[in-house]
Parts: sequence; C-alpha cells; structure tokens
Amino acid sequence: MKKFFLLLALCAAATPAAAKLRVFACEPEWGALASELGGDALQVDVATSALQDVHQIEAKPSLIAKVRQADLLFCTGADLEVGWLPQLVRQANNPKVAGGAGWFMAADQVSTLDRPSSVDRAAGDVHPQGNPHVQLDPRRVLQIATALAPRLAQLDPANAALYAERLADFGTRWDAAIARWQAKAAPLRGKTVIVHHVSWAYLNEWLGLQQIDTLEPKPGVPPTSAHLAGLIDRAKEQGVYAIVTAAYQDEKPARWLSERTGVPVVVLPFTVGGDDQARDLFGLFDSTIDKLLGAAP
Amino acid sequence: MKSLFHAGCVLAALSSPAFAAEPPDLETLAIRLQQLEADLQAARAEIEQLKAQAALSPPAPPPPPPPATAGGSDPNAFNPALSVILNGEFSNHSADGENEGFSLGESELALSSNIDDKFYGQLTLAVENEDGADELGVEEAYIDSTALPGGFTVRAGRFFSNIGYLNNHHAHTDNFPDRPLPYELFLDGQYGDDGVQVRWLAPTDLYLELGGELLRGDSADGRGAHTLFAHAGGDVGIANAWLAGVSWLHSDADEGRDRDLYLADFTWKWAPDGNLRDGGVQLRSEWFREDGEQERSGAYAEAVYRINRRWETGYRYDRVWNAADGYEPTRHGAVLAWHNSEFSLLRLLLGRDRFESGSDDNVLLLQYQAAFGAHGAHKF
Repeated sequence: MKKFFLLLALCAAATPAAAKLRVFACEPEWGALASELGGDALQVDVATSALQDVHQIEAKPSLIAKVRQADLLFCTGADLEVGWLPQLVRQANNPKVAGGAGWFMAADQVSTLDRPSSVDRAAGDVHPQGNPHVQLDPRRVLQIATALAPRLAQLDPANAALYAERLADFGTRWDAAIARWQAKAAPLRGKTVIVHHVSWAYLNEWLGLQQIDTLEPKPGVPPTSAHLAGLIDRAKEQGVYAIVTAAYQDEKPARWLSERTGVPVVVLPFTVGGDDQARDLFGLFDSTIDKLLGAAP
Repeated sequence: MKSLFHAGCVLAALSSPAFAAEPPDLETLAIRLQQLEADLQAARAEIEQLKAQAALSPPAPPPPPPPATAGGSDPNAFNPALSVILNGEFSNHSADGENEGFSLGESELALSSNIDDKFYGQLTLAVENEDGADELGVEEAYIDSTALPGGFTVRAGRFFSNIGYLNNHHAHTDNFPDRPLPYELFLDGQYGDDGVQVRWLAPTDLYLELGGELLRGDSADGRGAHTLFAHAGGDVGIANAWLAGVSWLHSDADEGRDRDLYLADFTWKWAPDGNLRDGGVQLRSEWFREDGEQERSGAYAEAVYRINRRWETGYRYDRVWNAADGYEPTRHGAVLAWHNSEFSLLRLLLGRDRFESGSDDNVLLLQYQAAFGAHGAHKF
C-alpha cells in the first residue's frame, strides 16, 4: 500500500512542465477565438463539435483527461454546460481551473438577453443567467476577446505582448468585418423567423430579425406534432421569412413545417465547423449571413 | 343667454394660444390644418430616416452587468446546491415474494458545496424502506480536497467505494431499476463505508486514474477493509468512448478467512457524432471474483439502445457461479424507459429471475424517477 502511494507520488513528480499555455475550450467558437488571440503560443483542446448538442454532452473520460492538463477553461457559462462541465472539473483534480484565473466564462463578459424574472422547470430548459448562446453577436464576441487577452497575459506573462498585439490585430479585422456584415445583412432587418431552439437570440438582436416562435414547444423540449401543427397557420399569416435550425439539430421538424407552409428552411452553422465555410469565426458569420440572405424568394 | 355666449367667447379666446379676439373663420382653420399635416409628414420622414440610420449601425451592446453583490448581505447567498431524487415503484412477481406491490424506492436529498478554498463537501440522505419502516440514512457524507497539486484528491468521510463501475454511481443514474445480481450478492447492492480515499489522475491524454481507500469494514478495529483501483478511458473517433477498470477490495475478518473481491469493468458508448442522448448504444459488463469463506464468481452484461431523446430500451443478463454449493442464480431483464426531460423518467422492467433450478420468478416492475433542485452533472 505504501509503495503504491510512493509510486503515485513519483509519477506525479515526473510530469514535465507544459511548454505552452493549454486552453480547454468547451465549444468550437471559443477554441477558434483562443486561437485568434494566442496563435501558436497556445495549445487549444476543443471539447465538442458543431454537430453536437452542447446542452447534452457526456462527461467523457477523454474530456476529464484534457481538463486535468488545462491551464484555462474557456466555456460559455450561464449554465449551458451545467450538465457536464462541473463533473469534468470535479473529476479532473486540477485546482488551476476549478476557479480563479483558470476559469473564464464567455457569458460573464457580456450582457445576456432573455434573463427570466422567475425560473421554473415547468417552462423547460430555463437559464437563470439569461440566454447562453452569446457567440452569434460579433459585437459581444469582441467584448469577450477584449476580456480574454488580459487573462491569457495573466496566466502566461511571457507572451503578454503577443496576446495584446494579436488582440489589436483581431479587433481591427473584426470591426471591418462587422461593418461589412451589417451592410450586407441590412435587407434582413425586420424579417420574421421561426427557430428550432432559442439559440438565435443574439443573432436576431444584432441583425434585427424577429423571432415569432420556436419549433420546440418549450426550450429544450423536442418539437411535438401538436405544437408544429399549431405553427402552420401562424407561419402563413405572418409571412415568415425562414425557419432557422442549427447544423447539430434534427432537420425533420423544420422540413415538416416547411413542406406545409412553403417557408424555406435555413440550416445555419451555429458555431465554427458547422459547415464548410465556417472554418473560423469570420467564416462562421460569412456563412450565417449568406445562408440567411439566400432564403429570399 | 347673451352672457353665456360671452363667457364661451372668453373661454375660446383664452384657450387659443394667440388670444385671438375673434373666433377664426373656416378658411384660416383649413390653412392651419394643412400646415400641421405638412409638419407631421416632415416629422414622420425624419423618424424614418433616423430608423434607417439606426438599422445601418445598430447600437453597441450594453456593458456587462455589475456583479450581484450590491446591497446588504444575504444570509442565504451561500446555501449549498440542493437536489432531490424521488423514486417509487410498483412490482409484481409470479413467485411468492415479500416485496410486491407499491413501494417507495430510494428517494434522496443531496446537499453539496465548496466549503472553502481547499475543501468541497457533500451530504446525501436517503429514505429507505426496511421491513415496512421508513428509515432516513446517511448514504454519503464526505469532504474532498480541491487544492492538492499534481492531480491528487483526498476524500474523507462516508462514501461509495470507487471499485468497479456501478459502485460509485448513485442508483438513480443506472439504466435499470435494480442492481445486477453480483452487486446484490457480493456488495449488498452497493459498497459504501467510512474511511479515506486517495485518487490520482495522470497528466496524459489517455484518461488514467489510480487510487486506493482505507475503510472501516467489518472488523473490530474499525479499519478492516482496503481497496485499490485503476480506471482508464478514452475516445475512438468522435462517436465512441470507453472506460475500463480493475479493482480489488480486501476485507479483514475477525474470524475465519479474509475476503478478497476482484472486479473488472468495461463500458463502451457509441453515438453518431457523440450525441448519446439522441440515439446510440451503451454496452457494459462487470466481472467479479470472490475468494474467502465463499469462492464464487459473478458477472453481468447489459446493452442499452437510446432510440431518441425520449425513448430508451435495454437488456441485461446477470449470473453468479458458485462451484462449492451449486447456487448459481441467473437473471434476465428487459427495460423500456421514457424520458420526459433530463429530470424525469418512467420505466418498465420485465425480468425473469432463476434463484433455484426449475422455479422462475417473472417480474414486472414499473418505476418513476425524478430529480429536482440543482441541475445534476452525471458521471460518464
């Protein structure tokens, strides 16, 4: 028994110091943002893919092993990962990321929308801290980047100048891109959409899209045929522009409604990697806006 | 009458901004109306123009909200995460049994919180029905270290041992309403005890956890059991994840032979794109070998198919081998579960237990299970 623990101690002592700051990003968009700011100075592990429902991830052993080695957890927060991230942190035995400087939640850096005045699970998957899907407003993404760079510098002072430089460069390119996107997306302002899940609150606010209903009867509750049937008349009466779903979502309910109303389905990438064009954050918004504009009759 | 008319004139005169001495004629009014209409149209145009400008450059998002610490102190601000598991069942056995009909399953109340910068604590109280009487027992009550370097964690108190797979999982996360036969016969369902545990997680991309426990056990000196365990796991592509382990539980006996229990466990989960809650397969098997007063082995294997977010079905086969006394029970179980949400499910189990040769017990069990309070984060 004693020998066993001695062996454990030796194993632990033999661990080489990590050369690069290691970032564990819960979602692809935050992995992409960390790479924008850190480049080769960071080793970025991304926990999920664009084809996964990040509300419903399992606390897999491979993820625990990555959190064990991380210097920084970069996740969405606002309870998006409440079903798995706490378990990863509890099992990873890594005090660096259990709180403090190694814990960075995107939703904490911006103002959130749809904060409920009261929470009740009878209303579905409700987030007391507001809608967590903040990555689809590029203005908020810039706010998050602006908060992230100093955090990277704090954890890795040797590369502080690099992070500041890359943030400035990213900010310039991003501001130009925002202006381009806004000009391009101007025709979308005021258009009405039906969405699968309330994943698009920030995109809607930014582009001036109006969400009139969701395919899910309540947030996080899968679409039911009764609820979908009730949407047919509303979609026709209100001249809905598009039915919006994310790449990871089941397209069947959206297609069903589309066939009965003639409203086109738009499958948006939702995050980096959600389609061929969304290879980085710039591509994510290029693709999102192109696809939304493509729904015009 | 005349004086009334005069009064009206005075009022009208006073109310007109220009203090017109005489009431305005229709022509003047018409001109005035035209002017007002023109003004209104100009104002409308201006509003439209402003709207269009706003559309082109939407306002920047508001700054982040201030932290919610303003105001006086809130005595409840540090309340722990509180969660309640409710569980009840109805069962019917073809063979005569005592536990037929309605019963409250394991219903529990769990409190957990960071204690300070170095410790985390959890308390789980469970209501169990023992021979018709409800008993509230302390299922788990432990503290964990949270600040040890090098990937170590120490746990102290009462806790479920980390041996095997199911043993450290709370029953409400199981895929079946009952524990497999080897668990029931070798570990009385689940082995929890008072003691200390050390776990170490390797800093590698392969998940590798090693650890051991010193526990109270059944001996007179109150430190009569110890365990060693190793678990490893990883992914194969994005669709597959696995976890495997070997464990050893040694229990001192005051009289007779000490008991050694060896366990091996293996879990494989497959789901397209890794979305296990929307469809996929879980395979699990655990093997038991006991040496001591009894020499016996046991095993179970289960396969669970998640059809979609709501429906799940599975099959499990359990058995125990005992060469010495020939007692070799088996059990088949088929389960169908309906998940209304992450927080509630209804489950039907059809089982066939064979405890003695030639006498099968056909079991029908209906169960509900619900969780409310703090959102649980389940283990793999």
